[in-house]
Amino acid sequence: MIRDFLRSRAFGLVVPLIAVAFGLIAGAVIMLLSGNNPIDGYSGLIGGIFGDMYYFGETLRAMTPLILSGLAFAFAFRTGLLNIGVEGQVIVGWFAAVIAGISWDAPGIIHLPTALMAGALAGALWAFVPGILKAKLHVHEVIVSIMMNYIALHVVNSLIRGVFLDTGQRTAFVPDSASLSSEWLQGVTDFSRLHWGFLIALAAAVVMWFLLWKTKKGFEFRAVGFNQNASLYAGMNVSGNITSSMSISGAFAGLAGAVSGLGTYGYIEIFNTFTNLGFDGIAVALLGNSSSIGIVLSAFLFGGLSEGSGNMQAAAGVAPELVEIIIALIIFFVASSYLIRWIYKRLDSIRKGEK
Amino acid sequence: MDYVIEMNNIRKEFPGIVANDNITLQVKQGEIHALLGENGAGKSTLMNVLFGLYQPEQGEIKVRGEKVDVTDPNVADRLGIGMVHQHFMLVEKFTVTENIILGSEPKSRGAIDINKARKDVKEISDRYGLRVDPDAKIEDISVGMQQRAEILKTLYRGSEILIFDEPTAALTPQEIYELMSIMRNLINEGKSIILITHKLKEIQEICDRVTVIRRGKGVGTVDVEGMTETGLAEMMVGREVTFEVQKGEAQVGETVLNLKDLVVEDARGYDIVDHLNLEVKSGEILGVAGVDGNGQTELVEALTGLREVKSGSISLNNKDITDYKPRKVTEAGVGHIPQDRHKYGLVMDFTIGENILLQQYYQKPYTNNGIMDYKKLYEKAESLIEEYDVRTASSHTLARSLSGGNQQKAIIAREVDRSPDLLIAAQPTRGLDVGAIEFIHDKLVEERDSGKAVLLVSLEMDEVLNVSDRIAVIYEGKIVEIVDAKDTDENELGLLMAGGKQEAGEAE
Ligand SMILES: Nc1ncnc2c1ncn2[C@@H]1O[C@H](COP(=O)(O)OP(=O)(O)OP(=O)(O)O)[C@@H](O)[C@H]1O
Ligand SMILES: [Mg+2]
Repeated sequence: MIRDFLRSRAFGLVVPLIAVAFGLIAGAVIMLLSGNNPIDGYSGLIGGIFGDMYYFGETLRAMTPLILSGLAFAFAFRTGLLNIGVEGQVIVGWFAAVIAGISWDAPGIIHLPTALMAGALAGALWAFVPGILKAKLHVHEVIVSIMMNYIALHVVNSLIRGVFLDTGQRTAFVPDSASLSSEWLQGVTDFSRLHWGFLIALAAAVVMWFLLWKTKKGFEFRAVGFNQNASLYAGMNVSGNITSSMSISGAFAGLAGAVSGLGTYGYIEIFNTFTNLGFDGIAVALLGNSSSIGIVLSAFLFGGLSEGSGNMQAAAGVAPELVEIIIALIIFFVASSYLIRWIYKRLDSIRKGEK
Repeated sequence: MDYVIEMNNIRKEFPGIVANDNITLQVKQGEIHALLGENGAGKSTLMNVLFGLYQPEQGEIKVRGEKVDVTDPNVADRLGIGMVHQHFMLVEKFTVTENIILGSEPKSRGAIDINKARKDVKEISDRYGLRVDPDAKIEDISVGMQQRAEILKTLYRGSEILIFDEPTAALTPQEIYELMSIMRNLINEGKSIILITHKLKEIQEICDRVTVIRRGKGVGTVDVEGMTETGLAEMMVGREVTFEVQKGEAQVGETVLNLKDLVVEDARGYDIVDHLNLEVKSGEILGVAGVDGNGQTELVEALTGLREVKSGSISLNNKDITDYKPRKVTEAGVGHIPQDRHKYGLVMDFTIGENILLQQYYQKPYTNNGIMDYKKLYEKAESLIEEYDVRTASSHTLARSLSGGNQQKAIIAREVDRSPDLLIAAQPTRGLDVGAIEFIHDKLVEERDSGKAVLLVSLEMDEVLNVSDRIAVIYEGKIVEIVDAKDTDENELGLLMAGGKQEAGEAE
């Protein structure tokens, strides 16, 4: 019974839930060991997510770029590619969107879409490089996209420093015509920083689902992801599909940067380190089983955990770093789902063998 | 009791299908026991149960009279059961020796003792006459040698009971002959063998007893001696089977495919197809006969746009299609049943429905303005599944979980249904049961009778002789002779395939 369940498809859906539960249990144990009351800790955490409209709005705001970077990784993953360069694509997307916001003026109806588009295009371009190298020269996309992360970070930093510096470490603010901030959304959430980007992210999740499962291109992307030879045999343009699917993935990532730049912050600053939005996106996609709904849910979890951690400290005195440990453990448990199967099988055969 | 293996009343279900329904199999010590049944009858499933890959819902397994619980392949290993799978399980980048010892490596002071391993492998391979190159990488050796590596793997682990799941489907006639003598050696050394095969001749030649299953149920176990091929086939299919292909005179028409001075390079840059000339006309089945490795694979790949043409020309209906991309070749009117169904024929992680429409998904009504209509796609797939008798739980089942023969039937449905002007069938009946072979041969003849051209490439002489109207013999990349199928026989063909004509010509 249990054995069949471990092999079944349901298990694939249950894995994320088990992983989250294990992560939270482990977090409770750590709180106990460090002399805190886990019940207080977690009620503080939950209060920090749902406690009032402000917290809730901040959670939604935090999950917005995570949805998009999660979609970026998942889209590539579904088509057989490992886009480890989401982080770099987020950075260039952020940069391009803000620059398109501050360097000219136009009515909002034109200005905002152009700025968003600039972000998506920059991300797409950044992902196009590993895509085309993979398609034409069979260079592994993981290596190229990792290198592109560093190039993105340093090029963007030096451009800000050299050309666009306004006050301190950052550029000027984007004007209202290119801003995603929404008085209405702020109003209903008690003046959180929630912005229109949240709706863009939800729409993007629908777009990815539609693209993969409803369009001809999606059929081809998935086919190429599974079996390049058979795709070639069926007359698909294999290298073209690799490049475009990598670019689309990059466009999602670029949007993740754009909504941060045009929504949450309104500027870009010199980054001391990576933003981590891209790397967290990988975790979001993994936990969300690379499906649109899964990604929205797991982005909510990750966004909620990191937003709630502040209140957890205030209310229960638990260090916010604990949340990072919990997130790390959740990822660990997802990755080790196959380990769970293996351990179970081992135990089972030992038990049967001795009987 | 002198049974080494007893599987009593085994039941195994998959979602939507009962693969094994109360099957009993008893194998005697020292015999070769055949397991016979149609595609999808449940043979591989039953063997996977014995090998511990699947757990039965019901039934008991006894090994040497003792009841056992085979929870995973390691347990099977300890019980002395070894399996050579229908699709090999070797690591491509590893050498033969590394693959053989994988999982039970000999150690000295904590490190793998590769020299000892190589010596052991050499010793076993000499003892049973299993020729392998211990240091060659799997990706570089022939299918026959890969299989010998698989057999060695089981022997290395000391298996006493060997399961062979369709070992001959992917082998050349010469390799099959060698495998037969290997199996005899194994029996002489005291091993017992369970053999799954669709080739009734092989059963008659080498097996002692045969257990027949049909649609998941056991039909019975009989001694092979005294059984005719027809008798076996009837027992398995449950109706009469004709081995002769029924066909009338060919109504030959215009030339459909014309190859002029075609040269194609293989992966090493060698002209494996070497100034080949050939015409195929509408209304005929042209068989290409030859020993494996004489350029058949590369020829077909070049014809279908999967491999570059170095020089020469390919024309279809008087139109030059040399260097066309695969999609354009398909749209020009070519259908292709590929030799390697897992490499080219199927996307294993797509549903069987998606696979059946793999050549048409982008056309109306399946795609409108870039949007897929999956409902239409599955409707079409379901009607073909019905017509071609593809046994699957549903059209949404992944191709991966279909039995080997039913995967092949799905490909055939896809390629034949489009009714292309030229149908290229490379080893179309590999791994199929006699009933399905009959069905596919009839389909090829039907295409021919409706005025299409059929190019049949097969390593099996029986198939070429039975189905073709004309037979072109390929040798070292050239067509050395074209004979009328009615005026030739196995002996003449065999001689020609071995390059006999050139020698005969030189002697004159
Ligand atoms: N993992 C699986 N999941 C679902 N269905 C399966 C799975 N494996 C096999 N089946 C189904 O069980 C039935 C028996 O399959 P099996 O592979 O045992 O057939 P077989 O007798 O070996 O056929 P063949 O001669 O074509 O190899 C088939 O209908 C197949 O579709
Ligand atoms: Mg099978």
